[in-house]
Amino acid sequence: MEAGAEAIGRPAGALTRAQRLAGRYPARVAIALVVVIALTLVATEGLHDTAQTSLNGLSYGAIYALGAVGLTLVYGILKLVNFAHGDFLTFGAYMAFLVNVTWELPFVLGVVMAVVATAALGLLLERIMWRPMRGKGAGMLQLLLMSIGLALVLRNVIQYIWGSELRQLNVDVFSTVSLLGLRIGRTELIVVVIGVVVLLAVGLLLRFSLLGKQMRAVSDSIDLAETSGIDTGRVITYTWLLAGGLAGLAGALIGAITNVKPELGFELLLPIFAVVVLGGIGNAFGALSAGIVLGLVIEWSTLIIDARWKLAIGFVVLILALMIRPQGIFGKARAV
Amino acid sequence: MTGLHELFTLAISFDALTDIAFWTSVGVLAGTYTIFALGLQINVGYTGVINFGQVGFAAMGAYTMAILVTEAGFNFWLSLPLAVLVTIGFGLLIGMPALRLRADYFAITTIAAAEAIRFTAQNARDLTGGNQGLLGFGDAWDSVSDTIEGWLEWLGWSNPETLFPLLIVVWLVALLAAGGLSVLQRTPWGRVLRAIREDEDAARALGKNVFVYKLQSLAIAATLGAISGFFIALNLNFINPDVFQPLVTFLGYAVLILGGLASYWGVAVGGIIFWTLLEGLRFIDLPLEDAQVAALRFILVGLALILLMAFRPQGIFGKREEMVLGD
Repeated sequence: MEAGAEAIGRPAGALTRAQRLAGRYPARVAIALVVVIALTLVATEGLHDTAQTSLNGLSYGAIYALGAVGLTLVYGILKLVNFAHGDFLTFGAYMAFLVNVTWELPFVLGVVMAVVATAALGLLLERIMWRPMRGKGAGMLQLLLMSIGLALVLRNVIQYIWGSELRQLNVDVFSTVSLLGLRIGRTELIVVVIGVVVLLAVGLLLRFSLLGKQMRAVSDSIDLAETSGIDTGRVITYTWLLAGGLAGLAGALIGAITNVKPELGFELLLPIFAVVVLGGIGNAFGALSAGIVLGLVIEWSTLIIDARWKLAIGFVVLILALMIRPQGIFGKARAV
Repeated sequence: MTGLHELFTLAISFDALTDIAFWTSVGVLAGTYTIFALGLQINVGYTGVINFGQVGFAAMGAYTMAILVTEAGFNFWLSLPLAVLVTIGFGLLIGMPALRLRADYFAITTIAAAEAIRFTAQNARDLTGGNQGLLGFGDAWDSVSDTIEGWLEWLGWSNPETLFPLLIVVWLVALLAAGGLSVLQRTPWGRVLRAIREDEDAARALGKNVFVYKLQSLAIAATLGAISGFFIALNLNFINPDVFQPLVTFLGYAVLILGGLASYWGVAVGGIIFWTLLEGLRFIDLPLEDAQVAALRFILVGLALILLMAFRPQGIFGKREEMVLGD
């Protein structure tokens, strides 16, 4: 059996991963399910509404995915469940706000600032908090509670500086473009395009670059990776830069399509966890696809149920995924 | 920095430190959180189950009680045991599938379950009053409170604090719970819990049904969570979803860690120290807006959690060798 051979075997490289994607049915079932739902919605709710909600779903999905890739990489490589990751998104959103509104510079520069500053924050925290704690051999409870403490500090420093009122980025939320009879918000379109392009780039980077391969090796076993000559310190540095940068980007993008407030990121944390679990913890490709799927499912749900319940989909998916398939839709069954 | 100069001339008023109203409200909070964190203690400190959803049990207890009294017309005293039973049922419902998961997955599941309750309370408006919340459930308690005030007056306190009767009852319950759990911990049952915390496989090898013991531990946490929920509701005289933010669980963890893991009496001390410090911060008269003062308080809570975990993870009274280190 293929699964048996894998369980014995070598670190999950690109080839085995592709084989697994094609060879194991859960992923196929998931994709088929999404297609069937989409077609059913087209049939029952009409093409126009379905396309409109799909676009919303794509923009939220891209944001969930951007947030989830960093969270899942840190989880897989450092075995750290970072409850402060949501607040990285908030930090990014406020960095964009600082540049875009306070300094009155273009939104693009705000996005750049969000990415750079949040990546720097991730690295800084690694150096002053997580590395020393790893050196001490800290246990899971210690790390979990430290990340919770960090989340409180980040969120409240932000509230201390910027207050708790809702803020808006200086982007044009009203202008629309027409495409195939759809009226699409210009900002939303920008969010979808940036999100999907960056996600593809990250996916390619992780799959084909040496760094991506090293990350997967460290994720499988940090000791074995070290023994085989991988500079694990360097891999960890890049992991935090990537996780922080993507979280900052996600924060700036969500800031552009909704309001910016101190709870912004924490409210996104559970849907992002849902994506991480659904994609299989530590599996960045899983997180990419699961993010898009969850975004679509949440927005599609508004066609059928009252929109105020749509966030419940996130909880339901998270709890069901944890209980029924904790290894994720793409994962192999190992001890969870 | 215009605020900098004023910061150095900050005035601390000590008047309030001798104010009985201040100490009464601190005492009620400390007692409520002691009950709340005793549930965390049996899970985290003694069973090694990382429960991040304790606030969900408090919400479940408080909402069930309030709904039974205000919507279904139940007697208040009858609604309390019913609400505890409903909360235990909910705990078992979550625990049965989730306790089979790895510790970190269990932590995420419980925080999600607690948020799901809060989200339901926000949106099932017909039942829960939505963001407005529920009030008017405390009449039966108020008459008891009046009786106790009568006794206090008889003892010679001319005009007792309105919250003082609640203070007495909350600490009676808290000390009873801490004492009861301490006794329970010395029974064979309590020793099995500790064995599970130390080495699940060894406990299983001795023929203990680890899963059932964990479920029982969770059911006790749910009971204590529901009871703390009653006191939260009676203290505020209303409940709404905002009262049951995930933050509450983590304040509970601050109380737990401050007191120390694997010590029930430590939780009570932790509760008193934590709430005296947190509420005492209000007396430092900073030239800041209210939102900033609120933020400052939680920045300090967060820093305290980080520093305690980094330098003294076993807390004040905890024993390092009883600290669940996980792997």
